Amino acid sequence: MPKVLMRGNHVVGEAAIRAGCRYYFGYPITPQNEIPEYMSEKLPEAEGGVFIQAESEIASVHMVIGASMAGGRVMTSSSGPGISLKQEGISFLCALELPAVIVNMSRGGPGLGNIAPSQSDYFQATRGGGHGDYRTIVFGPNSCQELADLTYEGFNLADKYRTPVLVLGDGMLGQMMEPVELPQEIPLKKLPAKDWALTGAKGRASRFIRSLILDPIKEEEHNWKLMRKYEKITREEVRWETYFADDAKMMVIAFGIAARIAKGAIKRLREEGVKVGLLRPITLWPFPFKAIKEISKKVKHFFVFEMNMGQMLEDVKLGLEGNGEVHFYGRPGGVILTPLEIARVISSQYYQKRLG
Amino acid sequence: MLIKTIFSGFGGQGVIMMGYLLATAGMIEGKNVTCLPSYGAEVRGGTANCTVVVSSEEIASPVASEPEYAVLMNNPSLIRFQNQVQSGGTVFLNSSLIEDRPIRGDLVIYEVPLNDLIKQLSENRGANVVMLGAFIKKSGLVTPETMIRVLKDTFSGKNPAVFKSNRSALMLGYEYLK
Repeated sequence: MPKVLMRGNHVVGEAAIRAGCRYYFGYPITPQNEIPEYMSEKLPEAEGGVFIQAESEIASVHMVIGASMAGGRVMTSSSGPGISLKQEGISFLCALELPAVIVNMSRGGPGLGNIAPSQSDYFQATRGGGHGDYRTIVFGPNSCQELADLTYEGFNLADKYRTPVLVLGDGMLGQMMEPVELPQEIPLKKLPAKDWALTGAKGRASRFIRSLILDPIKEEEHNWKLMRKYEKITREEVRWETYFADDAKMMVIAFGIAARIAKGAIKRLREEGVKVGLLRPITLWPFPFKAIKEISKKVKHFFVFEMNMGQMLEDVKLGLEGNGEVHFYGRPGGVILTPLEIARVISSQYYQKRLG
Repeated sequence: MLIKTIFSGFGGQGVIMMGYLLATAGMIEGKNVTCLPSYGAEVRGGTANCTVVVSSEEIASPVASEPEYAVLMNNPSLIRFQNQVQSGGTVFLNSSLIEDRPIRGDLVIYEVPLNDLIKQLSENRGANVVMLGAFIKKSGLVTPETMIRVLKDTFSGKNPAVFKSNRSALMLGYEYLK
């Protein structure tokens, strides 16, 4: 496949359609408006495609529940404030064990904040802003190529585990254009059959999909069932990558666009002989706790860089279990650092700790 | 090699298209590219801009704090970006619209009178592509052959005449700067 130059938001739309997504429901918000724009043009052309601009974010996420119940591959997208509104629906998707892909091109917050790229929705994505005991798979892509691959993969994982998958991007990822090799389109006929979907009970026993389980014993059973599923995901779906980890004296830990900027910084620093490496979680939940624990056997100094006030920082500390010293550097509010600026901060920490 | 360029002008002058065309041409030549259009609550009549990075290595950040090149299509763009260009960098000015000149002495400046040049074209438009021709001549980031191919891929779908007039515009700009 030749590469095409595409904007991140359009990449999400195209990857979704190629993964067999035929239903999109959303409500406009910057900086993700190009996702509904793309879907509004392409879905009506696709076989069985439905695009609806709902009256609100809450309505759109509940339309997602309906389409998913009926067996379709379905997506919604928004940015921070809109994702807050969708939390009720996400809790229901988890309870009902329904697959869906939810994209958050996050922006500066809290409140309405601004429309600049930020990573302030890490807690919301990985802890879940909705009610009840639940988890969602969360991807943190760092390029348009990963947006394509992980959105596509998100639909497969959502179906495999019958659970919603979140793609946590940011305003910059959504707006920037990069060359992308798009995934192969999967024909609708080849999508795995769903023996639980509500497709009309003619000739078979009725099926039920519901989240109201009044008997506490049965609700407990349902919770344990969900937990076993989340444990399986934690065992099998953790993804991360490292860069210059072998001889590093200090490890930078960053995700998404921040990891990409940090990588540029590390490249500069390596040229000056500063021994720093990078660990980049690709799944933010399940988080690569084991990888961090493993690295902490060799490395004692960690530098967490995020475009927020320190959210993934908590997961890093959980992973380290007290092994190693953690320094945090964050830029909230939508400020984008250059690789040179972050390189200066990393190197000052490195020399303060007398590592070089 | 890692070169950052800012294209800037009024909304409607085709600056995002210039960025898109350059990034696509870079991609076709096998380079790593990013193109980050400005977005946000820009005022009407203000500047639209677009940052393109063309590199032989992986690109860490699509943002340019100190670009090597600035292609400026109107006066507000000059005011906004003249101090960001790195020392020894190059500025391409649409001299038909920009009356001021950069106050810095450490820049290479090319003046392109786009409004006069496009009168030589059959359709009297395509100023952005004329400027792009001048830009690739002096920056050497991509070859004119690649850019013509990109123009063909981008514009032939609608109407072959659109491609032809853009090709003429590109070559007009390319040949204008010696």
